[in-house]
Amino acid sequence: MLSRTADNLYWMGRYIERSENNARILDVAHRMSLLPSLTGEHRTEWQSAITISGGEAHFAEHYGTPNETNAVYYMTLDRDNSSSIYSCLRAARENCRAIRHAVPTEVWEAVNTTWFEIRDMTQNRLLSRGAQQFYDWVKERSSLFRGVTVGTMLQDDSFHFARLGTFLERGDNTARILDVKFHVLLPMGEQIGGALDYYQWTALLRSVSALRNYRRVFGSEVVPSRVAQLLILMEAMPRSLHHCQAEIVTHLDALGVAYGQRHECHRMAGEAHAKLRFGKIEHIFDVGLHEYLTDYIERNANLGVQIAKDFLLTREPVIAEPASQGQTPGMQTQTMGGMSQTQSG
Amino acid sequence: MTKPPAFDEMTLPDGSVRSVYENVDKWLREAAADRLDLKRREADTIFRRLGITFSVYTEGGDPERLIPFDIIPRVFGAEEWARLSAGCVQRVQGINAFIRDIYHDQEILRAGVVPSEQVLKNDQFRPEMSGIEVPRDIYAHIVGIDMVRTGENEFYVLEDNARTPSGVAYMLENREVMMRLFPELFAGQRIAPVDTYATELLRTLSSVAPSGASNPTIAVLTPGIFNSAYFEHAFLAEGMGVELVEGQDLFVEDKKVYMRTPAGPKRVDVLYRRIDDSFLDPQAFRPDSVLGVPGLMSAYRAGNINVANAVGTGISDDKSIYTYMPEIIRFYLGEEPILNNVPTFSCRNDEDCKYVLAHLDELVVKEVHGSGGYGMLIGPTSTKEQREEFAKRIKATPHVYIAQPTLALSTCPTFVDSGVAPRHVDLRPFVLSGDQVRMVPGGLTRVALPEGSLVVNSSQGGGTKDTWVLEG
Repeated sequence: MLSRTADNLYWMGRYIERSENNARILDVAHRMSLLPSLTGEHRTEWQSAITISGGEAHFAEHYGTPNETNAVYYMTLDRDNSSSIYSCLRAARENCRAIRHAVPTEVWEAVNTTWFEIRDMTQNRLLSRGAQQFYDWVKERSSLFRGVTVGTMLQDDSFHFARLGTFLERGDNTARILDVKFHVLLPMGEQIGGALDYYQWTALLRSVSALRNYRRVFGSEVVPSRVAQLLILMEAMPRSLHHCQAEIVTHLDALGVAYGQRHECHRMAGEAHAKLRFGKIEHIFDVGLHEYLTDYIERNANLGVQIAKDFLLTREPVIAEPASQGQTPGMQTQTMGGMSQTQSG
Repeated sequence: MTKPPAFDEMTLPDGSVRSVYENVDKWLREAAADRLDLKRREADTIFRRLGITFSVYTEGGDPERLIPFDIIPRVFGAEEWARLSAGCVQRVQGINAFIRDIYHDQEILRAGVVPSEQVLKNDQFRPEMSGIEVPRDIYAHIVGIDMVRTGENEFYVLEDNARTPSGVAYMLENREVMMRLFPELFAGQRIAPVDTYATELLRTLSSVAPSGASNPTIAVLTPGIFNSAYFEHAFLAEGMGVELVEGQDLFVEDKKVYMRTPAGPKRVDVLYRRIDDSFLDPQAFRPDSVLGVPGLMSAYRAGNINVANAVGTGISDDKSIYTYMPEIIRFYLGEEPILNNVPTFSCRNDEDCKYVLAHLDELVVKEVHGSGGYGMLIGPTSTKEQREEFAKRIKATPHVYIAQPTLALSTCPTFVDSGVAPRHVDLRPFVLSGDQVRMVPGGLTRVALPEGSLVVNSSQGGGTKDTWVLEG
């Protein structure tokens, strides 16, 4: 296999996952916007959605203050937003198109059909169908992609690169969702642990399809530290950081065996995995959840850069800017049009 | 001037059906029109879903257009095919002998059979190739020969394509789609299979690996996803089970070519390149090329890699060399050409030029280096204004133009809006040269869909048909 093929597989996995994550973020914002406002202040759901996606500056420049209409448009169909669902599905399709000969027909057909459907989607059609239904569609297409990937791909190195993309992206997203809840959502004066806080945690759990899982594990009372426990440390939870990291290690190890060599990315992934595997939620809260998550997001981004160096196109990656307080770092971006993929964490 | 009636490949002037078309004729008479229309739309869906599309640079609209596919096959009998393929093989042997000679002793120039300046001052002549030895003395490993039929036993070669001929993927996919849509047609008669093409191509390429490469690594070099023939490049790489590489995937070290893989560099022995000569190596040709591989020519000269087709094959298929092809075949092979050349007037020659200007309404005028059916004048269907415009252009740069009599291209039954009607066709079979010359029984038939049109190019609304060779 070519390094470029590995690169395309990896980014195909990332972009499909990112489109799903956008849908989940919007879904939770939508759910929260339906809750009664307890403060009378202006609502922050849409601002938080934009912040999670890492598009704050770009959004402010083009749209100003977020409201439901412009935030939904920005994150779903805006062609100028390289992380919108539209752009993600286009990028996934372009990556897949470049490697059509390397993946089963079902994978190509799933990605290609998804692209043709979003290509013809307009804002009016999206809204008349119902935004919620649109998010469900995005999640379904992503599930289909995962299904055909796992169900039809030869589980050789190509498969491992596609899966690496999926789990790097997912870990990043879960960390962002958790982080934003702590710093953006709760209006001034609102009590942590108050009613609004409770509803928001519930909505957050729903957004990562974890509410039912939470109740099975912890019962019905929603407690922030337990939410963090579930979404950070519990390996059995498919969107938790631990689960994502374990998958990353599995696929990197498989590549190490296939190629008979290990790289710096193996060490970095193993280190991150050990921290999650042996971590305690109390220690995380001692450090501060936001600090912990910021650190995770940065390490995860650096791991992505290292994987690119070790396996993918040997191009100078754009080095991450340090994350600043209260603002999650910008998301990884892949330049469109060419095959050059850069990443900034 | 009255146009001579075109030879119809199915129905003779007396209304009788040529024997090779008996099954097709029966099928067309029995099939309901709405069923055929349904199948036609099904074919479109299959092509779209498989992503078999064709990019056209110069127009707006859908950049991934489908080439229209006609569901009525074109049929050749075993005997007529045998003669036709013998003619193609002969022609390609002549082409390879000619290219070798041009880059070595130039005997044909010294013998005065082809004028020296036509070769040595030709843009397609690559002095960089002089004296380079290539495996088995084969330069044009893959050649597509464009030909038309004008009668029962009359075939004319319009053009040889000895650089990077495309279209073979359509030949293969057209067959695939026909077998899906009309299995019953294939059950009723013995149609020679074409799906061995990728295997034959792989054998051909393996057989011309540099000496010492026992299990050669082969790769297909594409300009990339935005190239109009990208689908075909990917298709062939997949069919052969080899990597589809771009320039950025390759690098040269110590005059050896490697591809970048996640497991480290991997040596490449044969490159089936679908990039033009001038973009192949920025160190040897166009320095601005980002599609090529810096240093590739040095590895090629050192005999560490073979490139198919060889660099510099354009000297054999240039329209100004075409005229000499019958002489070239006689010179090297000592045989009479089996396939006809179309008489060609070269406007660089004063006498020819005068004749062309006086007979614009009868002739087809082409640019020497043009392709894709652009920059063409088809005399009999042109307007007075178009002819005047062309006369001006010819007078300004006569050496750029050649002209040929308008041939009465044969027609085949074709499914069009008004039903089944005859439409003009051409044929591009593919000839593979390596340890032996190989040809799969078939080719790409292109059909001019507008009534009366003689332009079959896909960039100008031409369609394609499955091409059958019946087994004897």
